[in-house]
Amino acid sequence: MIELKNITKEYISKENRIVGVDNVSLTIKEGEIFGIVGYSGAGKSTLLRCINILERPTSGVVKVDGVELLQLSSKQLRKVRQSIGMIFQGFYLVASKTVYENVAFALKAAGVEQTIRKKRVEELLTLVGLEDRMHQYPAQLSGGQKQRVSIARALANNPKVLLCDEATSALDPNTTKSILALLKKINKELGITIVIITHEMEVVKEICHRCAVMQEGRVVEEGPTYDIFSNPVDPLTKKFIETVLSFELPSKLIEKLQGKLVKLQFRGDLAAEAIVSDMLQTFTVKGNILHGKVEYIQDTPLGIFIMELLGEEEEVERAIDYLRERVSIVEVVENG
Amino acid sequence: MDSILEILPELNLAFFQTIFMVGIALLVAVLLGLPLGITLFVTDQGLFLENKWMKGIVGIVINLIRSIPFIILLVFLLPFTNWLVGTTIGPVAASVSLSVAAIPFYARIVESSAREIDRGVIEAAVAVGASPWMIIREIILPEAKPGLITGLTITAISLIGYSAMAGTIGGGGIGDLAIRFGYYRYDNTIMFTTVILLIVLVQCVQYFGDFIAKAVNKR
Repeated sequence: MIELKNITKEYISKENRIVGVDNVSLTIKEGEIFGIVGYSGAGKSTLLRCINILERPTSGVVKVDGVELLQLSSKQLRKVRQSIGMIFQGFYLVASKTVYENVAFALKAAGVEQTIRKKRVEELLTLVGLEDRMHQYPAQLSGGQKQRVSIARALANNPKVLLCDEATSALDPNTTKSILALLKKINKELGITIVIITHEMEVVKEICHRCAVMQEGRVVEEGPTYDIFSNPVDPLTKKFIETVLSFELPSKLIEKLQGKLVKLQFRGDLAAEAIVSDMLQTFTVKGNILHGKVEYIQDTPLGIFIMELLGEEEEVERAIDYLRERVSIVEVVENG
Repeated sequence: MDSILEILPELNLAFFQTIFMVGIALLVAVLLGLPLGITLFVTDQGLFLENKWMKGIVGIVINLIRSIPFIILLVFLLPFTNWLVGTTIGPVAASVSLSVAAIPFYARIVESSAREIDRGVIEAAVAVGASPWMIIREIILPEAKPGLITGLTITAISLIGYSAMAGTIGGGGIGDLAIRFGYYRYDNTIMFTTVILLIVLVQCVQYFGDFIAKAVNKR
């Protein structure tokens, strides 16, 4: 659906040349929710804005739904932009227009007739659950409601793609959840391809099918979200994953440890507890679970446990080998 | 007191002449200054009609007119006024130079109130595929409306002051009256009366302008 080829965006001033996006190529499939993660200044926002040419790349090819956007005249580009919805961190609603008028504006821009416009706005506001707020002004709405209005506006002209620029970063956790649920529903029911940029791994975990991690204008890692979470390669990706899956043991506890500290990671729906209890029965070792968590990455569980194994060194080694055969990743964290 | 009664008909006429001159100039300011101000804004760097040349030229012309003191502009424009309205005295003639002064004045105010709009709101309209004209009419003008009205109030009050200057070269209006009776005939009563009249007028304009600006503000 979206094809970015060798996108580079440079900002040239008199003194220096700043590279915002450095030769990035990405392909985003139809119907997928794609996340772009990175710290602020990583170039993710610039990259997103290159997709609908709010920012014109210095070089590269931008293809959306088979159309090369950089070849278009400004009039043709306006037409294409109507099929690429966009929502922002700051909502950017028109304060002097009611909720109804804000959504209707997008339809007006596309030249939709007034009678059809009215029906469509009502439809859209029902979709985002704000049909009873139609005649209020943005100042009377909460942050989550404002974002819902901006989603309705972005969806007005039946876009094929929805771009989300830190759409949940200004919202509290509960509201974030409800907005993400709405985006998920839009993706599922309307089949709209969604690109989300965020610095919150929670968002990626919750809804992204695939994601890319960006640093200094480059994509350092890309893949299905589950793979990124279960097996991050780049140090930056690991750091991001730690924000969601962090296993810090209190230093007091580590001091008291006698056995071997192992970290077990179960992928998919492996029966974690059964494997561990089998291991404890087969070998003469004692096991203490010190930390454990099962994360659901879009309904697929990812279990991580930290255990202390006590016993004869040889027996412990054999127990670890046993686990290695059955569990996706076993890491020996520390020797006691 | 007698002198005031005596002059009442003339005072009345002068009052309406001032209103007339300022009104014409305000109308011209809205008709020409508003589009110029919007042009200055939308041709700015990073906006949807970015155009360095256009912005530069309009900006220079506006600064040029604004840098001429009004009393000099008044004299400078006499041939133009004569050509346009066929006379150089009276309120109609004065409204020509008042208008010329009002256009760049209001244009700069329009530009600065448009700058107050969150650029993201304009960007969101660009992202939705709206045409430049639509963005101006549906986003910039409504969003800048309180500022535009406040700016019009400021312009009106400045013009009331300018109109008194126009009185010095026979432009008519309250200023003219103050000069003729108050200054040339040393009649302090008339002088004070005209000053009080001007104060009342300015207060009314300010109050009215604030009231409307507040009424249209939806923030």
